[in-house]
Amino acid sequence: MDKQRVNLDGFAVENPELGLAAMRSPNDPEPGLVVKDGRVTELDGVPEAEFDSIDTYIARHGLDLTVADEVMALTDVAFARLLVDPAVPRAEIIRLSAGATPAKLARVLAVLRPPELGLAMTKLRARRTPSNQAHVTNRLDDPLLLAADSATAAAFGFREVETTVPVLADAPSNAVACLIGAAFGADGVLIQCSVEEALELELGMRGLTSYAETVSLYGTEQVFTDGDDTPWSKAFLTSAYASRGMKMRVSSGAGAEVLMAGAQGQSMLYLEARCVALARAIGAQGVQNGGIDGASVAAAVPSGLRELMSENVMVMMRNLESCSGNDALMSESDMRRTSRTLPIVLAGSDFAFSGFGSVQRYDNMFGPSNFNAEDIDDFLAMQRDWGIDGGLRTVAPARIGELRREAAQACRAVYAHLGLADFTDEHVGLAVDAAGSKDLGEADTLAVLSAAHAIRQRGLTVVDIVAALDECGYFEMAERTMAFVRARLTGDYLQTSAIFDEQLKVLSLITDPNDYAGPGTGYVPSAERQREIDAIRQARGVDDLRAVQARSAVAMLAATGAARPGQDPRDVVIGVSPAVGRDVWRCLSGLAVTDVLSEMLAGLEEEGCTGRVVRFNDSVDLGRIGLAAARLAGSGIGIGLQGKGTALIHRRDLAPLANLELYSVAPSVTPELYRLLGANAARHAKGGTPDPARNPYSDEAIEARYHTTVIALMELERRRMDPAVPPEELSLEGLK
Amino acid sequence: MTEIRGLSGKPVADLTLEAVRAGEVSLSDLRIHPETLERQAVLAEQHANPQLADNLRRAAELTQLPDDEVLGIYEALRPGRSTAGQLTALAGSLAGRGLPRCAALVAEAAEVYARRGLTA
Repeated sequence: MDKQRVNLDGFAVENPELGLAAMRSPNDPEPGLVVKDGRVTELDGVPEAEFDSIDTYIARHGLDLTVADEVMALTDVAFARLLVDPAVPRAEIIRLSAGATPAKLARVLAVLRPPELGLAMTKLRARRTPSNQAHVTNRLDDPLLLAADSATAAAFGFREVETTVPVLADAPSNAVACLIGAAFGADGVLIQCSVEEALELELGMRGLTSYAETVSLYGTEQVFTDGDDTPWSKAFLTSAYASRGMKMRVSSGAGAEVLMAGAQGQSMLYLEARCVALARAIGAQGVQNGGIDGASVAAAVPSGLRELMSENVMVMMRNLESCSGNDALMSESDMRRTSRTLPIVLAGSDFAFSGFGSVQRYDNMFGPSNFNAEDIDDFLAMQRDWGIDGGLRTVAPARIGELRREAAQACRAVYAHLGLADFTDEHVGLAVDAAGSKDLGEADTLAVLSAAHAIRQRGLTVVDIVAALDECGYFEMAERTMAFVRARLTGDYLQTSAIFDEQLKVLSLITDPNDYAGPGTGYVPSAERQREIDAIRQARGVDDLRAVQARSAVAMLAATGAARPGQDPRDVVIGVSPAVGRDVWRCLSGLAVTDVLSEMLAGLEEEGCTGRVVRFNDSVDLGRIGLAAARLAGSGIGIGLQGKGTALIHRRDLAPLANLELYSVAPSVTPELYRLLGANAARHAKGGTPDPARNPYSDEAIEARYHTTVIALMELERRRMDPAVPPEELSLEGLK
Repeated sequence: MTEIRGLSGKPVADLTLEAVRAGEVSLSDLRIHPETLERQAVLAEQHANPQLADNLRRAAELTQLPDDEVLGIYEALRPGRSTAGQLTALAGSLAGRGLPRCAALVAEAAEVYARRGLTA
């Protein structure tokens, strides 16, 4: 048991003095608010004279004092019940929460059990339509790979693409490459290049990026100051982004204060409650939280995952956009990391991930996300399993290949046209096919650096990119990008929870408000979207299976006439199901039906019997087929074989459901076992002693793998069933 | 509905691919207009977020400052960068140039920083 990967994770003994406490610490203050003459004179037990800078900012700007008395008078349980009561609309929760202190919201959320947190999230998130964000980065800042990966991410449905750099000076190139790439994948994807503020603002102002989210807040003054900011500097920065037309959210989350040894003995949830209250107070439209870099710190203590989800719900209560974490690999265990993420995906958040790692783990310059490129098929299956919208969709592999090629070629063309860099055909080819930057071979990192330098020095803007796309013949992408420039200038996407849909319509708190009010209300995927969710590329229908089977068809097993009863005591009949030799040619094990029959016939012959193959058209039931074969055989012994490979030995005097030997696990039956079945049938025929075969078993999810195929194969059999057609003798040509 | 314009005053509808081809689109055409931010501030207020409205109104004021100055003010507000007097003077300058909301933010910082030991 020690070898399970979960045991690679660190688990901490709860220790409130170090801040290693998720939901509550003995050092958390009692919720409280004293207001005199419209001024907060005491906040969560701290008198005004002792307010630190965070308290001060919240007290002066963050609370709606007109509802303060009302909400602070509610018991924690009474307030908590409002969160899950479908009869209480979201707007009422928003109204009350605006007057609640940080400690109050922390206490209220601590009352909710996990499914109640889910219900609260479903009801309280700002935007009706859930969405998702991707990380697109690589170790080399390779522009062609970034363009291809950004196109892939956009095609999969991510509505925000966040990039960053291992080499700061590369940032302008990354922004341009992701911008070009995303335009090929889908319309209206927002691009972020997470770097230091000055450069990030500059890129945004030039229209190369459209949002920012790595503006960190912390729950204690000491850590805030260590982070080289104050609530006022962050408030100003928030306005600076908006003044350049950029969407912006702040970042916080459990564990940051603990890691910086500044938790002051208080719980993660209480400290985060201060961050969230401050986020609202400074006028940010949203918060990225749920642990973020400290997610594994929260996960190390009891109820840590509950705390992470509570953080997200708290953001929603403050009427802000939640970008719900899940962006740091919080466990080595696949089960634990799924357990961390699934409740949020099921409940539906504004952004389920504040960065799903759409690239290889090693290429994620934010560090591996909780879900990564290799998990996309799993995520799509989970989305389909629960019938919910996690923001992603299936893209046919061929389509991805095309998009990646177009994006990489366009990126190369734009870089060449603007005199930024010249990339070779071979480089394009490698980037298109690469799973990650390790597949690119030797990289010219100086070329990237000089391209980035040129973009910055020459002050290139999105208009230069549009012009270059246009002149290189990418008219549609140029138009698309220009349409996005116009859409940005309306400012609608500066509102809470704003994203663009693929028709460049803004979906936000204002244009797409969450109207959940219990079962039968709120977001439901449109019929078209539901089809996208359901149509994963691995799904197969009967017609798919028919085509697969048809590819294995051979010119054998022709019907030679009506089957007659045998007289020879060594005559054994192998009865096959109705579709064998017509629609079904290959068993679940991958063996050809003809090879299986050859083995059985050889086994019979080894023991001195003669085999015939007869197709029974009146039943798909293996017991009946076997029994009918036995009744036709001169020996009174028959073998039944369904096209899928299930086989048995029958005797003419047994009941249909009885048998002498059964191979039930068709996917695992080998040629040797089929031969043994033939030999054993012969031994029964001679009255000898058979050597019964053992069914092979395995630890694989045999049923998960094969049940859908079994159902389709049985349908092919059923469609060929016709009780009016008597048993037919099949040609043995090629079988012996 | 009011016509949306870039900071330069050019209507957004004129920002076409043809205009790009003709070399008629400049950086200031791509910048958001303060009236747009004010309109969004009204919306934010109507949707139960007066703090977001305040932020958008401060942003509207900042559209008139060049990038370097915006970043300079941010730097001045970081801990230990400015004396209370410097912040107060900065607030006065902003107020005098028609940025009253930003001025109020800086003035409040001057007061709190002095009390909390966040001044230079």
